Amino acid sequence: MEVVGQLQKQYVDFITSLFREAYLDDQYVQLQKLQDDSNPEFVVEVVSIFFEDSEKLLNDLASSLLVSISLFWVFILCLRPSLLLMVVLFFLLFLFQLYSQQQVVDFKKVDGYVHQFKGSSSSVGAQRVKNACVTLRNFCEEKNLDGCSRYLNLVKQEFYLVKNKLETLLRMEQQILQAGGTVPLLEQVPLLWKQ
Amino acid sequence: MNLGGLQAVKSMSVPSSSLSRKSGDGVSDQFPAGLRVLVVDDDPICLLILEKMLKKCLYEVTKCNRAELALNYLRENKNGYDIVISDVHMPDMDGFKLLEHVGLEMDLPVIMMSADDGKKVVMKGITHGAVDYLIKPVRIEALKNIWQHVVRKNKDEYKGKDCEQTGSVEDGEQQQKPPEDAEYSSSANEGNWKNSKKRKDEEDEAEERDDTSSLKKPRVVWSVELHQQFVTAVNHLGLDKAVPKKILELMNVPGLTRENVASHLQYRLYLRRLSGVSQHQNGLNNAFMGPTDATFGSMSSFNGIELQALASSGQLPPQSLAIIQAAALGRATNKSPVPVPLVDQRNLFSFESPKLRFGEDSLLNNNSKQINLLHGIPTNMEPKQLATLHQSAQSLGNLNMQLQSQSSQSGSLLTQRPQSQPRTPLLNEINGSHVSTLPSSLGQPIMSQALPSSVLPRNGIENVRGGTFGSVSQPSSALDFSVNHGTEFPGNSFPLMSNSGIPILTSKGMLQEEVKSEMKVPRGYLPNYDTFDELNQNRTQDWGVQTDGSTFDVSQHSNLQGSLDVSPSILVQQGFSSNLKSEQSRNIPVSKATFAVGDSRAGNISNPSQQLNSSPADISQRIKAERLPNMGFQNTFFPEQFGQDDLMSALLKQQEGTGAVESEFGFDGYHLDNLPV
Repeated sequence: MEVVGQLQKQYVDFITSLFREAYLDDQYVQLQKLQDDSNPEFVVEVVSIFFEDSEKLLNDLASSLLVSISLFWVFILCLRPSLLLMVVLFFLLFLFQLYSQQQVVDFKKVDGYVHQFKGSSSSVGAQRVKNACVTLRNFCEEKNLDGCSRYLNLVKQEFYLVKNKLETLLRMEQQILQAGGTVPLLEQVPLLWKQ
Repeated sequence: MNLGGLQAVKSMSVPSSSLSRKSGDGVSDQFPAGLRVLVVDDDPICLLILEKMLKKCLYEVTKCNRAELALNYLRENKNGYDIVISDVHMPDMDGFKLLEHVGLEMDLPVIMMSADDGKKVVMKGITHGAVDYLIKPVRIEALKNIWQHVVRKNKDEYKGKDCEQTGSVEDGEQQQKPPEDAEYSSSANEGNWKNSKKRKDEEDEAEERDDTSSLKKPRVVWSVELHQQFVTAVNHLGLDKAVPKKILELMNVPGLTRENVASHLQYRLYLRRLSGVSQHQNGLNNAFMGPTDATFGSMSSFNGIELQALASSGQLPPQSLAIIQAAALGRATNKSPVPVPLVDQRNLFSFESPKLRFGEDSLLNNNSKQINLLHGIPTNMEPKQLATLHQSAQSLGNLNMQLQSQSSQSGSLLTQRPQSQPRTPLLNEINGSHVSTLPSSLGQPIMSQALPSSVLPRNGIENVRGGTFGSVSQPSSALDFSVNHGTEFPGNSFPLMSNSGIPILTSKGMLQEEVKSEMKVPRGYLPNYDTFDELNQNRTQDWGVQTDGSTFDVSQHSNLQGSLDVSPSILVQQGFSSNLKSEQSRNIPVSKATFAVGDSRAGNISNPSQQLNSSPADISQRIKAERLPNMGFQNTFFPEQFGQDDLMSALLKQQEGTGAVESEFGFDGYHLDNLPV
């Protein structure tokens, strides 16, 4: 009992901090509400799918911005043509040839990916990820390659952060349930009423 | 869907959902529980969440992650869903496209959703006809209320059905065909398209007002009247210039948005594609008769466009245009009963067309094909078409419009080719004069008509131009009809080619319609005949013009539709005799024109007119050619014509040799040009 109580308190504290730091938003509360006895693992399901899809999406995003990166590498290697570097340079040039068709970054494609990522992250309640996506989208619209690649990194960063947090959260829920307790409903958390 | 149906569905699905019904539902009766929702989104997370939420609302959820799949679901099970929720950005198909498809094919309410909350996108959703636009992340509260869109749509549909609205679904249209036909017949009977149109306008406006007043702007149901307005507007503008904005302005229907018009325009194109591919003549009839004239109108315009394209190529235009005109004319003048007799006539035409083909068989074939196409269409459209024709004739700006309004076309033919114009009135006159002094009068009318400007001042021509055929050809109704055409003609910019082609085409394609119209015109024109005789005598050059006139007549004949039956025969004789007498190349054409007029409908006339254009030899050929079609149509005068047939065929052959562009109808403008005036 005490363990459960403790676990529950820890859980509430943790989730409150997540909300406070905008890792999660009200949508997560909605997800929790959807979970019921007919589908007790609903939140876990959704979150898992979110993780999988996002990884793929981020890879696609990164590859769509890859051309510029490879070019950048080629550039740098040209500066110091030692033998080793020459080899590396050749290799990079080879890579560049592969991507040479993609001379121009397809910002529309990037925008599409970002839009999708924005949609899924907002559906799960990953607020910071969503905000980063919005900024990234703006860079895409401006066709700002530098901004895009920078913010892509930021998006990635935020994603891995929230993934971490959510995994922790779900683990705590499991612990509570295993301990025989019930997971406190988020609605009852006062802080959440602000959102 | 109606609430009853919904209830039924609900009852079926209730057993499963009622068990899990939450107390929070608070709805006394079971609705909206059991609402059948189809969710389309490529994001699996969203899909999952939405499904869960909708299930929580006690709705029946079907989810799919691809738009094509969704469309398949919807098509397989037309009544299997009440509402569709779709994402905007999807990889395989744009959400708006899906929205349009669903709206057009199934007429279900569609809710768009997206993480994109930009004003432009939301506006786009509204203009494309979405009943709602949700911003992701979607909350369950937003989904709880979606049943209102279903109820609203049902309410609208009820209203629409009361007013004989046709859904965008062809099936529905077909079912409504009988009432629509009756409606058209009655309106056609009135003989005043404008009146009926006004009535319908009022009805439409009332409907629209109701719709707008009761709801923000649910999906527009394209009722028969509304579609007719649409068709009229398109005709007015001409297919090339029929942009949604202008159509909207012309239609002047309160509450109608440009987007509605745009999607309707697309839908008509889509329907036409479908019908053109899969439908036979009869099929077309069914398809279009179901959708009512609207479809036909659009089809005509489309056909016109095609024909015009052909015309531009120089090969098909006259014929196709004629056909279209004939079709348009036929429809305008003919009521629903016409289709049957028209079909017969059509056969005649097709039968004759081989004979007529002295220049370009292919053209004829095309014409006949087009005729088929047109035949299918006119049946329902006739009353409306006629009205449309009248209206559009006035403002014809392009060929398409001309096609639409065949009667106007003959008028336009006149304008474009003064020569051709004279012909038409001449032909009309010829028709009118019938048995009377055909020979001489034929020549004269033709002359008068042939002369672009000079002739026109003369009785017939002027009448033709001003549409006051009555003055020239005293016949009452017939002339009036032709007069109308005449007025329309000036407005038409129909190339001469089309002129020649048109008569033939009209006769061929529009046998149905032309029969009627032609019948009218000839009678009217017969009196004019006398006046034209004078004209003929006065000018030798007029002969050439006459040929034009004959062409014109021919085209007019086609416009007249049906009136030719009687007169053609007479005219033919006269023309023939005149040809024989004068031995002038020009005269011959004139006679031919008359000949054609008398013999058969436009078809015959077209032949003569064509011949008129060409040299004397051609003329004789034309006469012959004219004869041939005439024979098909005009039983009475066939014997007389036979003698001349040989001459005509010879002439026709010559014409062919000369490369009559118009092919069968070549007598129009082109021939005139060739004539050494």
